[in-house]
Amino acid sequence: MTTGQWVLLVCVLLVVGFAMYRVATDGQFRGNRRRRVGAGTTSGETAATVLTSAGVAVPLGERATLVQFSSAFCAPCRATRRVLGEVAELVPGVTHVEIDAEHHLDAVRSLRVLRTPTTLILDAEGREVSRASGQPQRDQVLVALDRT
Amino acid sequence: MPSPQIDPRGQRFAAAVTSVVLVAVLLTAPGPLGIALLAAQAALFATAVARGVQRTPVAAVFRAAVRPRLAPPAHLEDPEPPRFAQGVGLVFALVALAGFLSGATALGHVATGVALVAALLNATIGLCLGCEVYLLGRRALASPHSPQIPATPTRSTR
Repeated sequence: MTTGQWVLLVCVLLVVGFAMYRVATDGQFRGNRRRRVGAGTTSGETAATVLTSAGVAVPLGERATLVQFSSAFCAPCRATRRVLGEVAELVPGVTHVEIDAEHHLDAVRSLRVLRTPTTLILDAEGREVSRASGQPQRDQVLVALDRT
Repeated sequence: MPSPQIDPRGQRFAAAVTSVVLVAVLLTAPGPLGIALLAAQAALFATAVARGVQRTPVAAVFRAAVRPRLAPPAHLEDPEPPRFAQGVGLVFALVALAGFLSGATALGHVATGVALVAALLNATIGLCLGCEVYLLGRRALASPHSPQIPATPTRSTR
């Protein structure tokens, strides 16, 4: 085989593998018992306090808060905003906050946000209980909220 | 600067065309046909960056020949993310072109391959790889304690 054919083969395998992984995991909420907060932060810190100290006002919902990280070059962010906005209207006590990731890189780093959209679900105390990267469907958000 | 919204399937179509061209490049470069195809693809990327993704020849073909056969789109999308991604594609196409023309054919093949992976992911699952790498790049480049722009959530729902 020529070099070009080898490169083509590797590219196609990479794409098939990555596409399958993405389709399987996109928008899926993963809970975390470890209460993921920033690396090297003290135990009293929650996702909400990390955001507050980064200068982001997060009005916590009575029941839960949907924190969405977005960026300008992000097609699924718009759809995610619509879905999370609908859920916030539908479910009492749930609020939705959208944060421009580019302008809050410290928060992005300490909360380990790798891509946009990333959605964190915070409980009433502002602790992260679950997160999804990629665009979640409405039902996925509702199910994740039920577990909160 | 609100730009008119675009049919996302137009981008998938353009990515599919890009994929076919780049596969042909991998199979024929550094021969003259491969170089010509790669240059043509770079020109298409450049057109999308300069004039917007809805004003390229491929977008015109989509509107004239493909869109009339499809149902109306379920939703429309912002044209800026794909435009940015076309710019990333342009960089890789130019690097590949420089590689093939200067005799560094391995560089040419690899840069073409990276552009092909991005185009195939866009065509198959609608993923904009350039857009995702953008945030990682910003994360990596900004120093950990860079001055912050005063913070406001872009939007909050009650």
